[in-house]
Amino acid sequence: MFDKHEIALSVKNLNVDYGDFRALENISLEIPARQITAIIGPSGCGKSTFLRCFNRMNDLVPTARVTGEVLFYGQNIYDSKVNPVEVRRHIGMVFQKPNPFPKSIYENVAYGARINGYKGNMDELVERSLRAAALWDEVKDDLKKSALALSGGQQQRLCIARAIAVEPQVILMDEPASALDPIATLKIEELMQELKKDYTIVIVTHNMQQAARVSDYTAMMMLSKEGSRAGTVIEFGPTPQIFTSPRDRRTEDYITGRFG
Amino acid sequence: MNGLFANEDGRFAPRLSLRLRFGRLFQLLSLAAVTLGLIVLSVLILDIILNGYKWLRPEFFTEFPSRFPEKSGLRSALQGSLWMISLTALMAFPIGVGAAIYLEEYAPDNGLTRFIEINIANLAGVPSIIYGLLGLGLFVRGLELGRSVLAGSMTMALLVLPILIVSGREAIRAVPQSVRQASLALGATQWQTIQNHVLPYAMPGILTGTILAISRAIGETAPLITIGALTYIRFDLKGPLDLFTVLPIQIFNWVSLPKAEFQQLAAAGIIVLLGVLFSLNALAIVLRNKLQIRW
Repeated sequence: MFDKHEIALSVKNLNVDYGDFRALENISLEIPARQITAIIGPSGCGKSTFLRCFNRMNDLVPTARVTGEVLFYGQNIYDSKVNPVEVRRHIGMVFQKPNPFPKSIYENVAYGARINGYKGNMDELVERSLRAAALWDEVKDDLKKSALALSGGQQQRLCIARAIAVEPQVILMDEPASALDPIATLKIEELMQELKKDYTIVIVTHNMQQAARVSDYTAMMMLSKEGSRAGTVIEFGPTPQIFTSPRDRRTEDYITGRFG
Repeated sequence: MNGLFANEDGRFAPRLSLRLRFGRLFQLLSLAAVTLGLIVLSVLILDIILNGYKWLRPEFFTEFPSRFPEKSGLRSALQGSLWMISLTALMAFPIGVGAAIYLEEYAPDNGLTRFIEINIANLAGVPSIIYGLLGLGLFVRGLELGRSVLAGSMTMALLVLPILIVSGREAIRAVPQSVRQASLALGATQWQTIQNHVLPYAMPGILTGTILAISRAIGETAPLITIGALTYIRFDLKGPLDLFTVLPIQIFNWVSLPKAEFQQLAAAGIIVLLGVLFSLNALAIVLRNKLQIRW
């Protein structure tokens, strides 16, 4: 499907169970490197659960059990030798609601690098990360100010800068703009186009226009069958194809607004 | 009362003035309740201040208790109270915070955890004299610490531990889950997340709880009487194994003496004790308002 792109993440027969409840069923797909992959689908179909499989955040839910494989450049991140702490430095995450630490702007960006033993010049790293997140010009004069004093859109870009600072290969975004106004949303979307030059981006969104605008590939998720509560990926392909000539009837119904 | 508006056709009987009068009545009753409480409290405080203020002179703080009222002071009681709250805080704080961290951050959510949590909450309501009996058996006799300030502090630490754990857990729970996730998503370990985020952000709340627990410990008398804290001490407290007395016990002792001057000394002691307690509570409020993070 994408001969011109390297594969960053490869999902094989992935299932997720919360106790007795199956949340995700039999997902297999490949996420291309340095591209934006959108995960879309109706509420409650497991988009966020799927995204959280990529950095093992589901490990934090005591009852969650993940089976199958997620290969990150060939290494299965669910291998018993792999510690989730190590995975998360390479596969960063930006959350739905901006969640900066109640510390200074500088400290927010420096934190991840510091705990991971960054040996370079911290000031340079902070500046570089803030520039990459298109926030530097707005905050360069008050890096000591509390991050909580920033606007919502600025906070979210700070969270992106914070994720970048540990130099991950992949950035997961869980509806990163859903708590923001249209202008702040536009800034985040523009930023994503810049970031994809260096990073593989996987974004969950329930805004189909956003998926169509920003993504290169789209995964359409839906409950696997009538009456089931387990979500699965029913169609995956280049975004233009998903939005103009979907193969699955349910995808067509969803994107044309007849369903969901 | 007839309605002012056209559509009053008799299907409703609003009786508005009666309802409004009822409202006013209950407003006055609740005002009376507040006033009564405040008046009783003011009379009490005023009475004590009038009784004791003239004894609040420098010697009152530097002299040991004595048979002669004019030579009596709080020296040993102040030393004892200070030693006791320091030792109590030193022992109870790390244990309380540690237990709160474990219960909130590490403990699996199962029946055993809930059983422990419920029992800690119950312990906070156990009468303090029970702790005194426990301290007498366990520390004074069992560990052979005698009637020392150390044994008293250990008893007091047990007494305030449930309060500390409960308030510590509340402070830790107030740290949003999203902040923990943010830290973990950057590749922080669970301990780094607790150490760098959860604990610092919860600390104002934990300290507030600690101060309130300590102010409880300063005022407690029953458990210390039970373990045999002395009332009449005419020497300086030099170490944790020395005999001791504390402010409320000294006050209790003076109240029980027949001479009128001793009653006034007791009033002066109460003024000091209340001053300490009010300052501690004020400190807790200031801490909460100034340092608490508004998420």
